[in-house]
Amino acid sequence: MTKETRKHRVLIAKPGLDGHDRGAKYIARTLRDAGFEVVYTGIRRTPEEIAAAAVQEDVAAIGLSSLSGAHLRLFPAVVEALRKVAAPDIPVLGGGVIPEEDFTVLKEAGIAEIFTPGTPVEKIIAAFSDACEAHYQKRNIG
Amino acid sequence: MTSIAELIAGIKNGEPRAIGRAISIVEDGGVHGHSILAALDVERIEAATVVGLTGPPGAGKSTLTNQLIAHYRSQGKRIGIIAIDPSSPISGGALLGDRIRMMAHAPDQHVVVRSMATRGRLGGLCAAAGAAVRVMAGSGCNIVIIETVGVGQSEMDIVRLADITALVLAPGLGDDIQAMKAGLLEVADILVVNKADCPGAESLAMDLDGVVRERQKAPDNLIPKVCMTVASEGKGIGELAEEIARLDAACRASARHLLRRRQSQHLEILDWAMEMLRPRLLELISSETDDPVSDPRVKAMEILKKIN
Amino acid sequence: MTKHPQLDSWQENELQKSLSRFPERKAKFVNHGGQEIPRVALPDTINDEYVKKLGFPGRYPFTRGVQPTMYRGRLWTMRQYAGFSTAADSNRRYRYLLDQGTTGLSVAFDLPTQIGYDSDDPLSSGEVGKVGVAIDSLADMEMLFDAIPLDKVSTSMTINAPAAILLAMYVAVAEKQGVALEKLQGTIQNDVLKEYVARGTYIFPPRPSLRLITNIFKWCAEHTPAFNTISISGYHIREAGSTAVQEVALTLANGCTYVQAALDAGLELDVFARRLAFFFNSSSDLLEEVAKFRAARRLWARLMKERFGAKKPASLMLRFHTQTAGHTLTAQQIDNNIVRVTIQALAAVMGGTQSLHTNSRDEALSLPTEASVRTALRTQQIIAHESGVANTVDPLAGSYYIEQLTDRIEQQALELIDTIDKSSGVVACIENGFIQRKIENASYAYQQEIEKGERIIVGVNEFQSEEENPPELLRVNPQVEEAQIANLALVREQRDQTEVDSDLQRLRDAARSDDNLMPHILAAVKHYATLGEICNVLRSVFGEYRDRG
Repeated sequence: MTKETRKHRVLIAKPGLDGHDRGAKYIARTLRDAGFEVVYTGIRRTPEEIAAAAVQEDVAAIGLSSLSGAHLRLFPAVVEALRKVAAPDIPVLGGGVIPEEDFTVLKEAGIAEIFTPGTPVEKIIAAFSDACEAHYQKRNIG
Repeated sequence: MTSIAELIAGIKNGEPRAIGRAISIVEDGGVHGHSILAALDVERIEAATVVGLTGPPGAGKSTLTNQLIAHYRSQGKRIGIIAIDPSSPISGGALLGDRIRMMAHAPDQHVVVRSMATRGRLGGLCAAAGAAVRVMAGSGCNIVIIETVGVGQSEMDIVRLADITALVLAPGLGDDIQAMKAGLLEVADILVVNKADCPGAESLAMDLDGVVRERQKAPDNLIPKVCMTVASEGKGIGELAEEIARLDAACRASARHLLRRRQSQHLEILDWAMEMLRPRLLELISSETDDPVSDPRVKAMEILKKIN
Repeated sequence: MTKHPQLDSWQENELQKSLSRFPERKAKFVNHGGQEIPRVALPDTINDEYVKKLGFPGRYPFTRGVQPTMYRGRLWTMRQYAGFSTAADSNRRYRYLLDQGTTGLSVAFDLPTQIGYDSDDPLSSGEVGKVGVAIDSLADMEMLFDAIPLDKVSTSMTINAPAAILLAMYVAVAEKQGVALEKLQGTIQNDVLKEYVARGTYIFPPRPSLRLITNIFKWCAEHTPAFNTISISGYHIREAGSTAVQEVALTLANGCTYVQAALDAGLELDVFARRLAFFFNSSSDLLEEVAKFRAARRLWARLMKERFGAKKPASLMLRFHTQTAGHTLTAQQIDNNIVRVTIQALAAVMGGTQSLHTNSRDEALSLPTEASVRTALRTQQIIAHESGVANTVDPLAGSYYIEQLTDRIEQQALELIDTIDKSSGVVACIENGFIQRKIENASYAYQQEIEKGERIIVGVNEFQSEEENPPELLRVNPQVEEAQIANLALVREQRDQTEVDSDLQRLRDAARSDDNLMPHILAAVKHYATLGEICNVLRSVFGEYRDRG
């Protein structure tokens, strides 16, 4: 093989019980149209399911969406679940109805980026792209 | 940083992270791919049953796969799933949503699911899927299911990687079935009529029965069977799994199993060859043909000669 | 003015009957100059074409409204959707709203309740009391309606997959209050089909879900005849990103599916059809929205009459609740949302809604504060009492644009309904993802227009300004979850477990048979069996639905 055919692989997931997936689906599709391979998990996933799927799919980043106000519980739970499956290196990005005052807590809990309604889509694509690139740098086989 | 040795040991031990990483490496065609594939457990690969599952959208393949997972898990078997979705021809990206129905199995370490995009490659897909099958089998999967949507040529090729091919249909899907008769219907080993409780299922099953009876060349125990399932309610899954096991045993008892594996190996080699050839061909073509060509076919033959 | 025979007959029948039963709010409606405002403005020449397409309010095809005098007789019900945290907190909010002039309650349940999990289920973690009130057992329901007389108030409950259980709890509370069941007024949403394509709070697969729904239809026809047994909802389909035409088409297609299921279950059309209610979205394109409501009304009347052969006028009427479009609210410059909501509410009123919820300015950020909810309610009151649009029936009728748009939406919606019918119906089109794809494509296209700046959203992709200080937001106390779990443990401890076990066993047996499940569910809730326990019994028999994404 002369050249590698690597693509950015990401996982878009909806933790918790909220079924409003318009935003998650929009981001999934937007990333696809920006050339990403996007694994979509559907709604109502547990943090454990999300972490396990991310590992199996060997994604370089995870995007979470929550609109029910449960992000303070659920987003950090995904970070914790990743730690338990030996994948703390996979970056987690989050979006949804998230008040600004929660940003600090979430960042401290290990959420790399936070998007709210109205975040320009180029910014989201760039954030995923950067997260993937950084991740690939880290995981080279030695 | 992970070493290749650690990765290979991880695969043997069935560690999800190692398996996931290894599939990426072999799929991306990286330099370490070869060392991984060469180190896999040959006996495990030989023993695993590779099942190709295909059919038109809406037939209920994912639901069926999910039920098969539950069935095999209840028998204590380890199972791998490769779910293939098309890449966008424009952006090269892909939306891989097949695992949605299998998500509940995600935390189960003995269910390995991997989504794979076609990546618009002329060649390479079979090669990538074939390599992923071997990584999964090498990690101890007793069954590996390759699931594809659709009825096109690339789906046909992918199912040819399998030991056993099942075509999933459902009543009420319209003309798709007519269009498929020429293709998949003729290579399938098992025909599944899903949604068997819906109107039209019986007549669909009879139609299919008619088609398979025309295939006289197969020995009796290898004549394709029509299985009826209601995947959404878990009905007929045990029977389908039994039929897969029966056919697999029958194939292994005859020369057919070896023949299939050899065919699939040929297909993978051809696939890699095409993938490797393509950039070189492109290079040659673009370096030579600035003048108008009267017969592209003749030009192609000239270029091929230069490759030798 | 050329008289049409139907005009006389309408005046003598529908109009007279309505005026004598419900006198108009004022003896005379006049504008600022003292001139009288007509009840219904009519064209100079009333011909057959007019009668066929528009007709008269309160008469088939109901394009101009379902009542002859509309808001001159009675204003729409101002119904603010509310509920959060515990039953006690929500109860306080309801009593506040009633004090402020709300005329109907609308209960929001938290997600665990909507999906049939108890508050102590691991899956409920982080969600208890967040988007609505947590209800685990009858004990919570008793607290929720404490000191609210259920014969005086109409209650709408946004509950779908477990609707039978919440309805049973409501009935049990009413019985405890000594209220006669035939006096119970309100609506359960009970529309599971749209959950599969838009809202996501499904539990069981479509077929057993349809059975539960028809069980409710039947039980309510016998016991709670004034209660609306379903609210067939386009609201969430639109929120998921559909177009206005798709909203109408998919909602009415779902409606036809429920009607057919009820007929198949042996119910009588003219008995249950009057208890079907609808729920639409009102978005910002004011004129298109007005036309949408009118088109939906006419199309439903025609479908009921021509397809199903309904005879009674009440069976043909599309009565609907409206909520302003949540997806149009922006997190930027949130006061702008008050203006958006005003335009949307105006569309709903000029489109002839029966009840209305106006969103609050801060809902793109969190649950609304009490002050924001008050402004939202005041918006409705200003439209009702100051704008003048409530003084004459169907005020935009006869506008060339509105009538063309009404015709076009009706026709395009019918085309989509026909397509679904030809593809084996709604359930098949949900299972193969056709409907989901339709909505997703529309949603994607809309969002792309915003991203590319082809569609201007004030404060988002144009006219941005430096944000002022972050507004004060309502936070649900994180201790709510613990408190709710503790209450639940207490309920489990104090109830008679043998009764509960045998009730649940009977329910399981009934679910396996063709029995109506309502009496069994009612018996179980009265013994304080929990929502999660009842749903788990049904899950074990019916299985669970998994989305295709």
